[in-house]
Amino acid sequence: MDFVSILSIFVMACFVGYYVVWSVTPALHTPLMAVTNAISSVIVVGALIAGAASGSAVSKWLGLLAVVLASVNIFGGFAVTERMLAMYKKKDKK
Amino acid sequence: MALSASSPWVALAYLVAGVLFIMALRGLSSPATSRSGNRYGIIGMTLAMVTTLVTHGVASLPEIIGAIAVGGGIGFVTARRIKMTDMPQLVAAFHSLVGLAAVLVGWAAYLNPAAFGILEGAHIAAHSRIEMGLGIAIGAITFSGSIIAFLKLAGKMSGSPILLPGRHALNLGTLALIVGLVGCFTQVDDLWVIAAITALSFGIGFLLIIPIGGADMPVVVSMLNSYSGWAAAAMGFTLDNTAMIITGALVGSSGAILSYIMCKAMNRSFLSVIAGGFGADSGGAADGPAREARPWKRGSAEDAAYIMKEAETVIIIPGYGMAVSQAQHVLREMGDQLKHAGVNVKYAIHPVAGRMPGHMNVLLAEANVPYDEVFELEDINGEFAQADVAFIIGANDVVNPAAKTDKSSTIYGMPVFDVEKAKTIFFVKRSMGGVGYSGVDNDVFYMDQTMMLLADAKKMVEDIVKALAH
Repeated sequence: MDFVSILSIFVMACFVGYYVVWSVTPALHTPLMAVTNAISSVIVVGALIAGAASGSAVSKWLGLLAVVLASVNIFGGFAVTERMLAMYKKKDKK
Repeated sequence: MALSASSPWVALAYLVAGVLFIMALRGLSSPATSRSGNRYGIIGMTLAMVTTLVTHGVASLPEIIGAIAVGGGIGFVTARRIKMTDMPQLVAAFHSLVGLAAVLVGWAAYLNPAAFGILEGAHIAAHSRIEMGLGIAIGAITFSGSIIAFLKLAGKMSGSPILLPGRHALNLGTLALIVGLVGCFTQVDDLWVIAAITALSFGIGFLLIIPIGGADMPVVVSMLNSYSGWAAAAMGFTLDNTAMIITGALVGSSGAILSYIMCKAMNRSFLSVIAGGFGADSGGAADGPAREARPWKRGSAEDAAYIMKEAETVIIIPGYGMAVSQAQHVLREMGDQLKHAGVNVKYAIHPVAGRMPGHMNVLLAEANVPYDEVFELEDINGEFAQADVAFIIGANDVVNPAAKTDKSSTIYGMPVFDVEKAKTIFFVKRSMGGVGYSGVDNDVFYMDQTMMLLADAKKMVEDIVKALAH
């Protein structure tokens, strides 16, 4: 893809992010941070490419270490978000 | 290799992953839809990872699976075991990992550009070098900054600001140098350039956060959240990966908006928070002529129990002190007993209560307080005039009327709860000595309708619960 199309996606995504995040209820701001944390670990894609490639041993080990770190975040982030969200309950109807 | 990395199906898969992440955040608009949102996020992440693995030659699958298993195991166990009150430092720790992962990916791409498809002839393409340099710089700042934020939040380092002489010049100089080096990197792709960018960025992340006080951490944590997003976006540009770019933009805006909300709720500019120095242990106490002894009333748990049981409406205002003493569960018990006695109980939460956005909401949710009893500042502030009791537990600055009346006060202009309009105020506080993090005295302590309940928050509420049972 050329740079301008990539940049367009980025700019549009910033606007989407702006509107989506303003619609998040303040009560869920902590889960929001936890889940954004988990999804920003999509950087694992880069780590997997490096870890899977042959060619440079140093690059491979850096990649694998990055896979470990990003996986901590992915599993930890989604699990802790799930745990928090499960706690939000409505009033019992009597 | 089943699919080539340049196939349109691959680009489509990453795009779908990006859209699933948008839906994950969208779900958080209400607690009712939030859990399905989280599932979309998990599906999106799985899709992105699987797509990457099937479209790139995998030299050794067991190593990759092993790395995911080790990291995933650590993450999962931590997420299960962590106490809800420790959530701010967990989030800070997670941010630091994203930052470090970005740095490592940047270095890996530099050392093995062929694997990432960013070679132009024998060298890395110039635009990829800018993106890579920026990604490494932002990642490194996120990493070291989050480490400091983590240490401050976990109480392993003093929360008070550490002010170095000439820090503004030092910080701006270092930042300028990093930007210069990234520019230089487009011309010279030697190892020393990228090493210098990495080292300086680690340093500046550290320097940026040490002057910021513990109470400004909600802004810092949100800001680092934003940085971790921009780091992912920069790497996404390097790899031409839409999932990373969309996610980076989402997370970047999310953190930026949260920082903005936090700053607004403290009536401070983002720059003044970043400049640091607020909430110093010294200073605050010295500038207040209001420190002379003024008469105040001490209440007991029995007084509080008696008055609240007779009340029609009680509004509870929790703050960081509630989190520190882990009083949320017993507070909910108190709320339940009052409700049984026919009292209308509501919780009022200030945007900056606690150490991260939404901190108090999570703790109350943990203690099984239904979320429809919990209200935001602007939704409940009109109700204090009709309330019989305002019960303040572990909060201080967010109920200080000086923010509305005293132009010379450091917290002037900050939106606060109108607790002074309630008929009776109970103020749970450890002692009369301490003031809020701003170091400003609070007129509410000395009001006619105020009773100070001086004790550890949890102990006091336990006593009230016992007294209510009689």
